[in-house]
Amino acid sequence: GWPRSGGTRGRTAMDLFGDLRRMNKRQLYYQVLNFAMIVSSALMIWKGLIVVTGSESPIVVVLSGSMEPAFHRGDLLFLTNFHDDPIRAGEIVVFKVEGRDIPIVHRVIKVHEKGNGNIKFLTKGDNNEVDDRGLYKEGQNWLEKKDVVGRARGFLPYVGMVTIIMNDYPKFKYALLAVMGAYVLLKRES
Amino acid sequence: LRKNVEDFTGPRERSDLGFVTFDITADILNGKSGLQTFWNKNTLIIFDWNVKQLFLYLSAEYSTKNNALNQVVLWDKIMLRGDNPRLSLKDMKSKYFFFDDGNGLKGNRNITLTLSWNVVPNAGILPLVTGSGHVSVPFPDTYETTKSY
Repeated sequence: GWPRSGGTRGRTAMDLFGDLRRMNKRQLYYQVLNFAMIVSSALMIWKGLIVVTGSESPIVVVLSGSMEPAFHRGDLLFLTNFHDDPIRAGEIVVFKVEGRDIPIVHRVIKVHEKGNGNIKFLTKGDNNEVDDRGLYKEGQNWLEKKDVVGRARGFLPYVGMVTIIMNDYPKFKYALLAVMGAYVLLKRES
Repeated sequence: LRKNVEDFTGPRERSDLGFVTFDITADILNGKSGLQTFWNKNTLIIFDWNVKQLFLYLSAEYSTKNNALNQVVLWDKIMLRGDNPRLSLKDMKSKYFFFDDGNGLKGNRNITLTLSWNVVPNAGILPLVTGSGHVSVPFPDTYETTKSY
């Protein structure tokens, strides 16, 4: 007969095939667990950031050009929202208008704070002619601390473009997820 | 910083409105007025390779009966890297209406005008810096009726 490598002498082709299938299943489970671990770690890091910065959304992408030339659409902003940090004129804040989901990044131009810490402030985009009163809720003239998602402390240009592209072209998002999933599942550790 | 109080009308919508005209002399390289030349490499360079622009703003800070702390930005300017870092603006009027939340400007002796700026890097931290040197502006005890601004 043909020379065979050690360990295969006396085994049928079906046995070999069975071995292969079993090994692949185990390896598949291993890859899936690996993937789940990566996802959990990422989630943990994100939650950790939320705790450390005090902001519900510590990293945001700039969506409009209203703060040009400082920030452009697609830039990434890093926020903190410490309770004891007072809101002061000139600061760049990210806020949400009551009832709307989209966070807005603008600058504080007016602050009125009472002795008890009650604070109300007005914002305006650097690139806008007028202040944000038109953006606030009907009848709302001021923003309060509860509307603030965070204060911009640092920034990276362009990096957020990926999220904007994924938003505007959902097919791209699915394709990206599929590629990432396939990579993680099929990657063999040597 | 030098300033003049021109007139003070109001109240509109039951709030005090103040008018301020001001001169700004600033040497942003040093964060204060100074005589250093732009080309002197020994000066503290605020515009380094990682600075995209400065967002300058003049804010008025004061206390009133209604509010312990008030800050109103009167004027702002974007200074890009490469622009002349020396400001010498005279007789400027405030860009934005100086409305108080209430009637706290009348007779307020202590309104402090400060020039500050937000450093916008090409990438990295976004600090807010306050220039040294500020000016106190007192507002008169009476209102003035219509005067063209």
